[in-house]
Amino acid sequence: MIELDLEKSLFGPDGKMGLKVSCQIKQGELVGLYGPSGAGKSSILRMISGLMRPDAGKLQVFGRAWFDQSQKINLKPQRRNIGMVFQEYALFPNMSVEENLLFALDKGQAPAIVSEMLERVGLEKLAQKRPMVLSGGQKQRVALARAMVRRPNILLLDEPLSALDMDMRANLQQYIVQFHKDFALTTLLVSHDASEIRRMAQRVLVLENGKFSFDGEPGIFFGN
Amino acid sequence: MDFSPFILTLRLALFTTLILFFLGIPLAYWLAYSKYRIKYAVEAIVSLPLVLPPTVLGFYLLLAFSPENALGAFLDEYVDLRLVFTFPGLVLASVIYSLPFMVQPLRSGFASIPKAWLDTAQTLGKGRWVTLTRVLLPNMRSALLTAAVLSFAHTVGEFGVVLMVGGNIPEETRVISVAIYNEVEAMNYGQANRYSLLLIGFSFLVLLITYWVNHDKNRVLGYD
Repeated sequence: MIELDLEKSLFGPDGKMGLKVSCQIKQGELVGLYGPSGAGKSSILRMISGLMRPDAGKLQVFGRAWFDQSQKINLKPQRRNIGMVFQEYALFPNMSVEENLLFALDKGQAPAIVSEMLERVGLEKLAQKRPMVLSGGQKQRVALARAMVRRPNILLLDEPLSALDMDMRANLQQYIVQFHKDFALTTLLVSHDASEIRRMAQRVLVLENGKFSFDGEPGIFFGN
Repeated sequence: MDFSPFILTLRLALFTTLILFFLGIPLAYWLAYSKYRIKYAVEAIVSLPLVLPPTVLGFYLLLAFSPENALGAFLDEYVDLRLVFTFPGLVLASVIYSLPFMVQPLRSGFASIPKAWLDTAQTLGKGRWVTLTRVLLPNMRSALLTAAVLSFAHTVGEFGVVLMVGGNIPEETRVISVAIYNEVEAMNYGQANRYSLLLIGFSFLVLLITYWVNHDKNRVLGYD
């Protein structure tokens, strides 16, 4: 369970904006985070991952405090067991596909997981290639596999599909859902694509004016 | 022809570049990523040698190194190191004088690394050292090369600082630029010409190789 109650002032497209959100996400849920661009969706993911420090509030994950302003607790991103995938892939160009995954290994972790993950995303044949020769969809599959190497409990996806064309999107959506099920992940998917959220998520949180304005089934919010 | 001024110059440039390399990387890293405002003051100080006449720097270093003053006296007495009119003094002066030529390219190199790569490394559990050595530095090889070559070339071309701090002692502080000045003073235009041509040829070669290698590297990594 992720219990989140966070505040942060952000500088959005319309100047300063206050973000004040709270919600609970159950283990195993795949939740879509929907809203107009600049609403602060990515900032919420960044606060969960520890890349951005909230101004106030609390974040409790599986019973453990990751952030608590009143107790001055703020766990570093390195110590939060999360997998994160960004829109821009963020593959390291100096490493091959396989090396990108090997880089993610924790100290003492067996490297067998690397080939397992590459197989899962169907890229074992491209293991020795440099990221720059891959297509957008292949790059994002590498990024997804890399995020899974440390066997995180939580998967944070920051608009992972918006740079891809339609065919690749559908393909990658399947991989994400498959990972989500097979590894019993709790997954948060940021997207401004309604159909994507409807197809993948069981629940949608709609972010508007710095608050969640809707929390429920995507079918109800977007209509059938 | 007496090659000793040329060899001394290369030795000075090599030592200076090596020291600057290990000094420049942490300094440029700090300037690129620090959030403290004092970094602007530090950056201004680092860049001062770019705008000051070399004689200004040379003058104050001469005063500081002099055994009649506190620093010089201390070094002389406790470390047995004399910096005025000696090779170690030349190296130290060159390190200060060429500092911006090392730091500025490295700083731009750090700035050219997408922020998402740094975020990714953090979410993959990697600390600063691993990120620096395995992601940042390998992906800014051309900045590293540029910084090293510029520092080296700038040290080769030094005159004012060297003359002020080092004087004109054969085999100890008489670098090639000073030797050329010497020969001209003594009306030995032939020798001055030979030294000058040697320097032009050498500098051209260094720059040519640098641009060549840099271009090839970019192509290999697919940045071109």
